[in-house]
Parts: sequence; structure tokens; C-alpha cells
Amino acid sequence: MNAAHERTGAFEYLTTRKDELVGWARKFSIFPYPFVTACCAMEFMSVSSTMYDTDRFGAALPRFSPRQSDLMMVVGTITHKQAPILKKVYEQMCEPKWVMAFGVCATSGGFYRNYAALQGIDKVIPVDVYIPGCPPRPESVIDGIMQLQDKIAHSRHPIINEKF
Amino acid sequence: MDAGLLERVRERLAGEGLEPAFAHGLLAVPLPRERLLSVVKMLRDGFGFDLFLDVTAVDWPGRDPRFDVVFHFYSTRGHQRVRLKTTVTEADPVVDSLVPLYGSAAFMERECHDMYGIRFRGNEDLRPILLYEGFQGHPLRKDYPKDREQPLVRYRE
Repeated sequence: MNAAHERTGAFEYLTTRKDELVGWARKFSIFPYPFVTACCAMEFMSVSSTMYDTDRFGAALPRFSPRQSDLMMVVGTITHKQAPILKKVYEQMCEPKWVMAFGVCATSGGFYRNYAALQGIDKVIPVDVYIPGCPPRPESVIDGIMQLQDKIAHSRHPIINEKF
Repeated sequence: MDAGLLERVRERLAGEGLEPAFAHGLLAVPLPRERLLSVVKMLRDGFGFDLFLDVTAVDWPGRDPRFDVVFHFYSTRGHQRVRLKTTVTEADPVVDSLVPLYGSAAFMERECHDMYGIRFRGNEDLRPILLYEGFQGHPLRKDYPKDREQPLVRYRE
């Protein structure tokens, strides 16, 4: 008897919505691109390594090419001189893509209000999750990742071609 | 640590009509900008001040001359520091470049030109180093509006 056709009675079939299935798959395979410019990098290292471990959320393996990544983590102050680079890297990422503003500088410019600092990266690129703090606690970063997972799970994932 | 070094420098400069004074453990020398190059050359060749630490400026709005240009030197053998301070006006903010004496001066003079608009005669390469091409004005001058931004990317709607 062919084992592949043997009926066991459990999970032979699964009915679900396509968006839920794709969202469930995508939310556990967030490949981050760390766009790290400043001191928040220390907190990024802390949150991504053993103690707090973003790998538990499927978001641990940094891709150092924007073309292979899903989530751009903008970690640190962005200056006006840096802004064109940020925008170019964002445009190089493939859909679907998300952006996290990590820390108060990326969110709003933080305490920098001068000729040099961009007053929040959302002036240049769209942002999905803002994480406050200078630097943010690892718990807030994990909370941000979980909020992003919820957002991914509950959003539409349009059909890519006629086969899917 | 050569404790007598600064005292010898002080005597020498005082003998040339300058007014060096001790401040915070280093020797501070105000001088006219015409004498800058000769004094720096004397410090480097005569007293071993072989390391050029920094050049920066101080903006005194309302004062004439408006800018102080401040140089710091260090002797790596004597472990002593000397500060030279000269003044330039707003209409003619030019001092001699120290590039012929210290190669590293090129970069620090570019920064000073970025931030204060001081020009250095003899430094051929005063392109922006910390700022970017097209930046208007000099952000560390006191009359630069502190929240004026010059973005390179067009903001999203």
C-alpha cells in the first residue's frame, strides 16, 4: 500500500483564507536589514543576541543586502546628508517590505533640532512601527516586532500571479 | 614632561612683542593674523610642537572683528600645549593656511570653513567635508537660524 495515500485521520486537509496563510508564513520570516547609524546599535545588538533573542520571532537573521530583506530597521540618527542613502536603500528592497523606526532619533529626530538632523525618517520613507526610547529597552523592540507581526498577519497579501 | 618648555616659549614670544599668558595649564598667545605662519613655524621647528591638534573659530556677534580663529598645538616629546588665537573680520575672514607646515591641517581647515566660513589662504581644497554640496550658509555662526534645515530629499506629502 502506498503510504502517501494512507488515511490517518488527522490534518489531511486544512481550510483557511489565503491572506491568513500567507500572513502567518510571512510574519515568522521577517528578514531584517539593519540600517544602523548611531548609538542605538548597541541596543540592537543586545536585542538580537542571546538574552532577548529576536530569533524567537523569526526576525534574527540580518541580510546585508536590501534586496534580500523584508524589514528595514532604521537604528539611529539620520542626517540630511544620510537621507538620500536611506531612500535609495529603501527603494532597493523588494515588496513586501516594512520599516521600523528604532529609537527616538529615527522616529522624530529626538533631541536633535538643528541644521544636520532629519526630523524623523517618515519625512522620507513610510514607517510601519515606531519604537520610542533613547535607546529603547529590548522589551519595547520586541513589542514593536510583535505589533509588526500582528500587522502583517492581518493585512492583505495580494495575489502575485495566476498560480497563487 | 618638559616643565620648562612653555616658559622658554613664553620668553621667546614675549621678546618678539607678543603677549603670551598661561591659561588652564597651557600657553595662550593672542597674535595678529599676519604673524601666524612665522610663529607656527618657529613653534614647530624651534620648540618641537610637532602635532597640530585643531583649528576652530569662535563667533562673537556684534563684536568687530567678529571671529576668533583658534589653533592648538602639542609637543609629543615635551607633552605641552600651546594655543594661538587670532582675529578676523566678517568682511575679510581669511587667515593663512597651515597646510605647508602640517598636512593634517587640510581636513581641519575644511571643517572650519564648513562651519564658520573662515577661508584659509593656501588651502586649495575647501570643499565641504561634513556638510554637503549646495549647503547655504555656515551653521555654527550665531546668525544661522538654529532650526533651519536644508534637506536633500523631497519630503513625502
